[in-house]
Parts: sequence; structure tokens; C-alpha cells
Amino acid sequence: MSESFLVRGATLPTGERADILLDGGRIAEVGTVADAAGATVVDADGLVALPGLVDLHTHLREPGYEQSETVLTGTQAAAAGGFTAVFAMANTFPVADTAGVVEQELSLGEAAGYATVQPIGAVTVGLKGERLAELGAMAASRARVRVFSDDGFCVFDPLLMRRALEYVKAFDGVIAQHAQEPRLTQGAQMNEGALSGELGLAGWPAVAEESIIARDVLLAEHVGSRLHVCHVSTAGSVEVIRWAKARGIDVTAEVTPHHLLLTEDLVAGYDPRYKVNPPLRRQEDVEALRAALADGTIDIVATDHAPHPVEAKESEWDAAANGMVGLESALSVVQQAMVDSGLMGWADVARVLSETPARIGRLAGHGEPIAVGSAAELTLVDPAASSEFGTDRLAGRSVNSPYLGRRLPGRVVATFHRGVPTLLDGAVRPADEVAEASARLTDGGARG
Amino acid sequence: MRHLLSTRDLSRDEAIALLDVAEDMAAVQEREVKKLPTLRGRTVVNLFFEDSTRTRISFEAAAKRLSADVINFSAKGSSVSKGESLKDTAQTLQAMGADGVVIRHPSSGAPFTLATSGWIDAGVVNAGDGTHEHPTQALLDAFTMRRRLHGDASRGRDLDGVRVVVVGDILHSRVARSNVWLLETLGADVTLVAPPTLVPVDVSGWPATIEYDLDRALADGPDVVMMLRIQAERMHGAFFPNSREYARTWGLDDHRFAQLPETTMVMHPGPMNRGLEIAARAADSTQSTVREQVANGVSVRMAALYLLLSGERGEAR
Repeated sequence: MSESFLVRGATLPTGERADILLDGGRIAEVGTVADAAGATVVDADGLVALPGLVDLHTHLREPGYEQSETVLTGTQAAAAGGFTAVFAMANTFPVADTAGVVEQELSLGEAAGYATVQPIGAVTVGLKGERLAELGAMAASRARVRVFSDDGFCVFDPLLMRRALEYVKAFDGVIAQHAQEPRLTQGAQMNEGALSGELGLAGWPAVAEESIIARDVLLAEHVGSRLHVCHVSTAGSVEVIRWAKARGIDVTAEVTPHHLLLTEDLVAGYDPRYKVNPPLRRQEDVEALRAALADGTIDIVATDHAPHPVEAKESEWDAAANGMVGLESALSVVQQAMVDSGLMGWADVARVLSETPARIGRLAGHGEPIAVGSAAELTLVDPAASSEFGTDRLAGRSVNSPYLGRRLPGRVVATFHRGVPTLLDGAVRPADEVAEASARLTDGGARG
Repeated sequence: MRHLLSTRDLSRDEAIALLDVAEDMAAVQEREVKKLPTLRGRTVVNLFFEDSTRTRISFEAAAKRLSADVINFSAKGSSVSKGESLKDTAQTLQAMGADGVVIRHPSSGAPFTLATSGWIDAGVVNAGDGTHEHPTQALLDAFTMRRRLHGDASRGRDLDGVRVVVVGDILHSRVARSNVWLLETLGADVTLVAPPTLVPVDVSGWPATIEYDLDRALADGPDVVMMLRIQAERMHGAFFPNSREYARTWGLDDHRFAQLPETTMVMHPGPMNRGLEIAARAADSTQSTVREQVANGVSVRMAALYLLLSGERGEAR
């Protein structure tokens, strides 16, 4: 396959129509491009071009849980969903709490070549919430970690949270908090409300999220630090974040695709595909989250892609694992919840799924506008497509998607990472082809 | 009836029909030979993931009196801690040819999962799941109320206008949930009395009145007072200060019992904490239906197994 690609007749996020020439790992031309010698032409008539999507919240499961996902399969899922960079959460085994583990993660991503894998470091040793992990060593490592999170667990100890927020200022880091008051959510199984009472499932009250966010924004204000709030799920959390931003506190927030579309009613059949943490909430929460994403109170969409093997979900509700795969479906869900509903345009999608997550994570070479000189990270989506979401759309190792059998709009047609196609005509490119192209680029010194 | 998972999806006619079959079964219990040949050759598995000797032997007696073969499968502790999943257990029972599975499970919804998963063809009876439902308990309670009120003329009757006060740990009680839905279906007026910590956070959709003051709830002389068991572990979860305060505020003590009309039935699903939620005098009085509830439990469970396993298998419930 050639090393340059001419994307013909794409619609830019701004709505203009343009040709895009990818060459040498960069966007070489945008506009009306005459035939470029040797370039492979990709017909993008009717397709929207977005800067390659960036996911600030992915679980790649390697090392340690390779039966669920590996860096290779997880980044293939990323490519299928239009993502060119993923931030890999720290809850691997061993936990990503040392420079060695984050560098291993980074290397695995480079070898696979499907997307930039940017490791997230654990805030505390072993995610135990007891003492700080070697944040500085991870920041100074080859993985250049800037986002730290104990995701899956809340950094609950207020003093430890304060110290973490303060400490990472030394290298412009950010603490991404999984906001969950542990005492208020002991044994919690679903959103607490009328339905949890009827179903006899232990409740996960909204206040358990909101009280931690409120505490954390005040801590961030006090020590002048940067805070990121993972997977905001309630209308009350939106109000707290809105208040904090109005006050000038340096806080950013993410929402998952599933919290923008699905509600707790789905739990009524005790189908563990809908079991996730934080849990699916009420319709009022979904609407508040959509409005907050549209008005900028919530900065980004992040998938919380959480693969699990079949047996972890084929069980009674209490015993089932929390989490859903989300990379492959994210853009379709955002299109349905935000674009087709008229709340956002494609430029906003580029902002919340590429530009801002790259900026929050301080990730260079991603989230750049589709313009000459930008890194050749590009996603082409067909917004007119509509189909029943099936396992054929899943490119990762696990199939725990809540959308199987549901009709979703849009389809990612092509993904380019460092100018290399990782997805073409809706099909993930073969692993050896992508790895070879990636190795060539790396040898050539064009590390993105 | 394909399965019996919840009282919520029983219609009034179905509930009354089941109670009427239970009347027939009760009549059999008064004969010298208490056994019917109805389920000869059928296999009923009592699948208990949680200890409950009372419920298990009640189902066992019911199945045996219908001449079914009974297998008791005790899988104490969670299926996960045992290393065997609910799915594997279900498929094992399927391979053994179980016609009916009576399941008691600590996880809410486990019987529903078993019935709808496709892992097993057997009819499923929920014998108590987590803090969700315990439908045969509610049916035997309704049966007991009907018999006390209408005696031999019970057949075909509902519980229209019967005033029932349920007292205790509503939050964690599968008995309370099953009773609320069934009593509503049968036309009774239900009042739930509990400390606010033991009421679910939003019960606005429940067909019941919530009351925190037991004396006020008892002041009108209700037809039925149902006391629920307080589990020992609740005393360590800050739901109330201690057992003395609970007994004083929400227990059916001698004084409260003495104020009740002589016609008020005193019910308890057992096992009782005498001196905590119920005084011995109330439990042992002629107003107490505790032993009748046990006897009626066998009749009601015979009716449920009969409707599930004899003849045509209907649509899923």
C-alpha cells in the first residue's frame, strides 16, 4: 500500500467540502488537491472528516487480563471506532503504578501501531488508596504520564487527594477522579431510586458521586490544581461542576456515551449487559448530561471501554462484572444522542472527542485541526448510515456491548493513524500491515 | 403458569385461582392419606443457595405430597464463591431432567435470570431472591388471611378492603415486596411501618401508605398486623441505635398487643425474634396465625407446583 493518501471530497467539521492529502505522517494539503502522484485515493463523498478521535478513558486490560482485551485488540477496537489515541487506565495487573509498567504499556502500543497508547498512571500504590504511587517517575519516564487515576476506585482519603492534586502540579499533571463515596455505595448494584427499591437491588445514590465532586473541586481550588472528573453520571454532578467552573476552578469533566443514551429502566430485566459503574441513571440525568455536554459544562466524551469475558456477564446480576465495551460504538452513540438530536454539530464532536481530550491529557500530535502541517490523524464517518449494531462491529476481544441489537446511526468508514490506514472501507486493516507501517515510521524518526 | 417469579405479574383472577387450588390441597391435608399422585414421575429440584430450612422443607413436603421426586441441591454461599456459576448449575439440573426448580438465592433477580436465560427448560419457582421477592410467602399469607376471615367460604374471595399493617425492615424484605403487590391485586389496603432508614428511598410508586409511628398505624384496629423479622446484621449497619430502642418503638410488645381488637390477626413469616419485633404473648395468642401460616405454606406450595408442572405448560409469567 502506498504511503500517501488523498481523501477526496470529504466534509470538514466546519461543513466545507475539501480534499485532504496525507503524506509523511502529516496533513500535506487541504482544499482542492490535484491528483497527487502515487497517492491512494479514498473517495470521501458524503463522509465527514474528523481529527482522529482521542479517548481519555480506556481499559486495555494488558498486562494481566488478556482474556478480556490486549493492547493489540483494544487498539483494533479503537481503530474500528475512529480513535487514533487512547489513554489506558491503570487497573491492570500489575497495576500501572511504576515507570516500568507504563513504559511496557507504551511499547505494546507502539508495536501494535493502531493508535497512540498513552498510559495513565495510578495515583496510589496498587490502587489501594493508601500512599502515593511514584507519580514523578511515571511522569519522567518514556511514557511521559500526565494523567493519573485510580479509576475503579475513588481516591477517597481527602488528605491523599489533596497531596496528589498538589504533587502533579510539578509536571503539569492532572488527577482524573472516579467520584464514588465508598461508604455510601457499599454493595451498590444500580442507581438508587424507585426502581432499585422495586427490584431489590442495593442502591448507588447520586449523592455518592456529587459529594466527592464537590469536595474535590474545593480541594482543587484551595491548592490551585487541575482536576478531571471521570464519567459524570448525574444531573446534580453537572450542577456542581457548573458552579465550580463559574467560580474559576480548573476542572474538566467527561461523560460516557452510555450515560448519554441509556437509562436505568434497562436494569429491570436483570440483564448484566447493562451493569456498569457508575450505574445507568434516570432520563432526567441523561437530559442534563446532554445539555451539559452541549454547553461545555462537560468538556468531553470518554468511552470507559471496559471489556469483560463472556462468563463475567453470564450470571445473576450481583455476581456480574461492571462495565461495557464502548470504543466501537462511541461515535454512533454520540451522533444519535447529540448530533441527530440537534444539540451539537460535527465541529462540536471534533472538540469533545478529539481536541479537548488531547488537551486535557497533554497529548501532542493529536486533536489538531484538519489543516496543513497537522499530524495525519484522521477519521472518516458516514453520518447517513444506519444499521443494527451487531458483533460484526466489535473489533476487540470482548462482546459486552449494551447496544447489540439496537439500531444506531453513523458508521466509521476509515481511520488514519500517523498517516497509516488502520481502518479502510469499514474494515480493520491486518495487524502485520499496520505493525510494519508503524515500524517504518518509527525507524524514520517520525514518532507522533 | 410457566414460572412463579413474582407476585407483581399475577392478575387478580390468577391469584384467586391459585388460592382456590390451595384450598383443595388443604382439604387433602386433612385426610389420613395426605398424598396425591398428580406429579408422579416429575422431578422437582430444591436449589438453595442460601440456608432456609423452613422454606426448603415446606417445598419438599409440598412436592412429596404431590408424588414428585425431590432432589435437594444445597449450594450454600454464593455460586461464585463455590466456583460454579448459576449457568453451570442450571445446565447440570437440565441434564438430570429437572421438571421444576425451586430456587432460593441471595441475589435479587437470580430466579428471573434462571427462567429467562435459556439454560434450562424447567418451570422456575422463586423461593426468595435477595431483597426482591418471595411470592409463595405472600400467597400463603393471603391464603391465611382469607381463611381466617371467610373460613370454609373462602373460595373465590378476594381481600377487598382488608386493612393490613406490615411492620419492620421493608428495605431488605422480599416478604414485604411480594405482599405489597399481591395485597394490592387482591384489594387490601396496606400500610408499611418502619424506621425511615429501613424504607426504600423512593416508594412513591408503591400501592401502600408509609407510616413511621407504629401506634398511629395500630390506632384504627387494623384487620391484620404482620411483623417482619429483624435480621441481626441490621443492628450493625446504623439502621437503628440498638435492639432495645427498636423493640420499644417498632415492636409489637404486650402493651400494643393488648390495645388491638381481638379480631386483629397477628402474622409473622418466621423465624421470630421473640421479645424484639414481637412479644411472646402476641406470638402465642389465639390471634397469632404463625402456625397456620406454616401449615398453609405447604398447601400453597402444592398449588404452585401443581399449576406449574401438571398438564399443559403455559406462557412465561
